[in-house]
Amino acid sequence: MIEFFKRLFGPSDSGATAKQRLQLVLMTDHLALAPEMIDAMKRELVEVISRYVEVDRDKVEVDFERHDHALAMMANVPILGVARPSERAPEPAPAPAPTPAAETAAPLQQRKRRKKAQRAPA
Amino acid sequence: MSTRRIVVTSGKGGVGKTTTTANLGAALAKRGHRVVLVDADIGLRNLDLVLGLEKRIVFDIVEVAEGRCQLRQALIKDKRFDSLAILPAAQTREKEAITAEQFAAVIAGLDEFADFVLIDCPAGIETGFRNAVAGAKEALVVTTPEVSAIRDADRVIGKLLEVPMPISLIVNRLRPEMVRSGDMLAVEDVCEVLDATLVGVVPDDEEIIDTTNRGEPIVLDESNRLRTIYDKIARRLEGEDIPITSFEKPTFFKRLIGAITTG
Repeated sequence: MIEFFKRLFGPSDSGATAKQRLQLVLMTDHLALAPEMIDAMKRELVEVISRYVEVDRDKVEVDFERHDHALAMMANVPILGVARPSERAPEPAPAPAPTPAAETAAPLQQRKRRKKAQRAPA
Repeated sequence: MSTRRIVVTSGKGGVGKTTTTANLGAALAKRGHRVVLVDADIGLRNLDLVLGLEKRIVFDIVEVAEGRCQLRQALIKDKRFDSLAILPAAQTREKEAITAEQFAAVIAGLDEFADFVLIDCPAGIETGFRNAVAGAKEALVVTTPEVSAIRDADRVIGKLLEVPMPISLIVNRLRPEMVRSGDMLAVEDVCEVLDATLVGVVPDDEEIIDTTNRGEPIVLDESNRLRTIYDKIARRLEGEDIPITSFEKPTFFKRLIGAITTG
């Protein structure tokens, strides 16, 4: 009977494990083969963050780490200074986007914040 | 029709490149095409042996490249088919004995003899691979549903995309019963991770060992179930739209049935 359930529910689903491991290793392989892409991404990342805070550009580090089920990008961006709110450069003028887009964006932000709030109590 | 020059490659060794080249070539010849199979594995010649032509070799591809003989003289005609020939690799030379330019020039010279040129590429992604690819206009990647073979196939596909050239995929040695029980990657999983067009799925079959032992292409064996599979791949290469037999993934219900019947 135990054999019956074993056969029914696993653990012999090594095909799925193989697929998951492959997807992860291929992503890592592709990244390793595209250093110029990572450099470009790093440059643009610094550019975006620099619009809001002063960044130590030479010490920015971008790494990729493999976890059990996913690949994660870890960025270490040393910040040299933060301007006072009043000194902050005006936000880049929004593109002539239709208003409905802005409306749909708002609830998304709220949802994200709520998620954070749930995690916060420690 | 201009000659189709197709490199059969895989990255990993032992997945069935030579067997695929031999049987697909025979299937294309049986369908009336003029076919030349080129063994690009300099130093590790095997295509002749798989096709039972090993005793008839006189000249090889390196001697053609060096101008020691005419291309026509080096071609070994397969007597079982009207229109199949092989161009053997050199067995006692190094891979560096032929350059990519020389290789491409020899392959281009085959246009007058063939409608299809299949180049059996050596394993790896070094000199031998670069030579074989230099002679081709399209690629046929062979893989098995195993993680190591698929990773290597992905690497090779990356190299071929840089050339670039159209890439077809054959999933070889699939074991449908293992896919059904969830113990083997399904064809759709392989296709999901590899960037190539599927043209065939060849199930694992002991008879292929038997036919290879005797040096006979499987398409000659009327009773063999793989015969129609290679024939269909040949027709897909011709451009015919034939659906590929699915070896479906296990559903819970199927696993239940499987557990009852085997348990």
